[in-house]
Amino acid sequence: MIGRTAAESEIVKPKWSIKSFFLSKKVVPYVFVAPFILSFLFLFLYPLVSGVVLSFQSVLPGQTTFIGLSNYERILNPTFFKALSNTTIYVVLTTSLLTIFPIILAVLLNSKFTRFADLFRAAIFIPALTSTIVAGVIFRLMFGESEDGLANTVIGFLGFDPVEWRFGAVSGMFLMVLLCSWKWLGVNILYFMAGLANVPKELYEAAEMDGAGVFHKFRHITIPLLKPITIYVVTISIIHGFRMYEESYVFWQDSSPGNIGLTIVGYIYQQGFKMNDMGFGAAIGVVLMIIIFIISIAQLVLFGTFKKGE
Amino acid sequence: MNSKAKLLSFGTTAFIAIIAILAVFPLFSLFISSLRPSSDLMRSGITLSIPFDKLNLNNYTYIFTEGGNYWDWYINSLIISGFTIALCLFFSSMVGYALAMYDFKGNRFVFILVLLILMIPFEILMLPLYQFMIQVGLVDTYLAVILPMMVAPVAVFFFRQYASGLPKELMESARMDGCSEYGIFFRIMAPLMLPSFAAMAILQGLSSWNNFLWPLVVLRSNTMFTLPVGLATLLTPYGNNYDVLIAGSVMTVLPVIILFLFFQKFFIEGMTVGGVKG
Repeated sequence: MIGRTAAESEIVKPKWSIKSFFLSKKVVPYVFVAPFILSFLFLFLYPLVSGVVLSFQSVLPGQTTFIGLSNYERILNPTFFKALSNTTIYVVLTTSLLTIFPIILAVLLNSKFTRFADLFRAAIFIPALTSTIVAGVIFRLMFGESEDGLANTVIGFLGFDPVEWRFGAVSGMFLMVLLCSWKWLGVNILYFMAGLANVPKELYEAAEMDGAGVFHKFRHITIPLLKPITIYVVTISIIHGFRMYEESYVFWQDSSPGNIGLTIVGYIYQQGFKMNDMGFGAAIGVVLMIIIFIISIAQLVLFGTFKKGE
Repeated sequence: MNSKAKLLSFGTTAFIAIIAILAVFPLFSLFISSLRPSSDLMRSGITLSIPFDKLNLNNYTYIFTEGGNYWDWYINSLIISGFTIALCLFFSSMVGYALAMYDFKGNRFVFILVLLILMIPFEILMLPLYQFMIQVGLVDTYLAVILPMMVAPVAVFFFRQYASGLPKELMESARMDGCSEYGIFFRIMAPLMLPSFAAMAILQGLSSWNNFLWPLVVLRSNTMFTLPVGLATLLTPYGNNYDVLIAGSVMTVLPVIILFLFFQKFFIEGMTVGGVKG
């Protein structure tokens, strides 16, 4: 290669062929991204578009008809509002619990006063490894109806009567929120600990010199500096919450008494798959998509995340 | 001062310890309960007191000797997770790498598409995707479960982030040595990205192992179910399958927990991928 003259390399320059085409530096990146483009077209864009189209259709075996906005008009029914309100309550509760507790625990785990922090962090993280179905099996068995079940024994000590956990609206919501919080606490702690690692130690030292107390430092240094990660955690918690279904499925499968466990995705599943009303199911899906879009955009506008670029 | 610090240290440690115990307690009680007679479990669920004299391995004996379709589900879950990990890592790493390393026309556009998919929840695509699977005749096959997970936007995002930290000079010198662009990726850059592969293998493997709604929709026959879908069928009010349910649940989570104990670092990295954005 070395010492080759200009004229020689002119001759050696390969002719156009399929092989050299695929080997050229200009084409290679497209080969690399091709699988993504294909899966984007077939597994994302196509279902997305046909989902929207489907929401304007009535699908019966062998005949599909456009019915305009009828599916959307039908959405405005008490069952949907039940699903929407259940989901919204769930989102508010899980998001606030899964923000406040992880911040406090992350600060404590990060503090020089806490010993065995690595061990405890790992222990709190372990529930995240459990599938929601298995977690649901455990919680169903802990919160059984019988008097000697674990949860009823515990509240018995406190002087309460046994509760039929899965059959009340409040206790049913409690079960779903508890299951979700148990599972995700450790993950959110890790987010906040990663955020805390970026907080310069000098800030705390300077504050201590000025005689700032623990709560003062927490309020005026930790909280403001954790703002970006908090926004991130809040956003993903809200979006995960609106997509929730498994936490409800493990307690009641397809139908819960008085729809206490019905969620938006549960309603899609019930109508689209169980009742085979695909057009209606798709319309609920579009509404869910709009809700999630509004949240994402509100988040971007309120906190200007996209100004910072990637 | 010193004694005050000691007291503070004791207080915070004790508080965190209680939280940690509460976190692992449900799993601990699952293990204990799997040793109890299933009829007991059926009647009173998980109890606070442990009936030591009644503990035995009957539920495990049953699941290993009879166990219905449990082992079908296990094998299905292993196959689906295995293929999902392999395919997803292969394709997603190529995409992420290309986005990070090549300045090609449309790079920005492809990256925006990745972010777009990240923003749209899968549940919305589920109905039309199910229709699509019916049309192409894939319902009730492994492929139907695996295909939508093949190129994961999270993984693409992560690989892109990771690859952009690698030295580009290596690519240049490999080119000088006459290495093809594919060779550069597979022989030089991909090995350097190994830690990111480990983290993504765990993220994709775990989400595939625990995935529920899509397999529930697209798998129909009992012998094709994955573990979560199969176990969920046992959650009947009659409780006649509690032996398989409880021992099966333990054997679903135990391998994951054991892997976690060995590869903690990669689990934590994989499961907090989004954190890199903060």
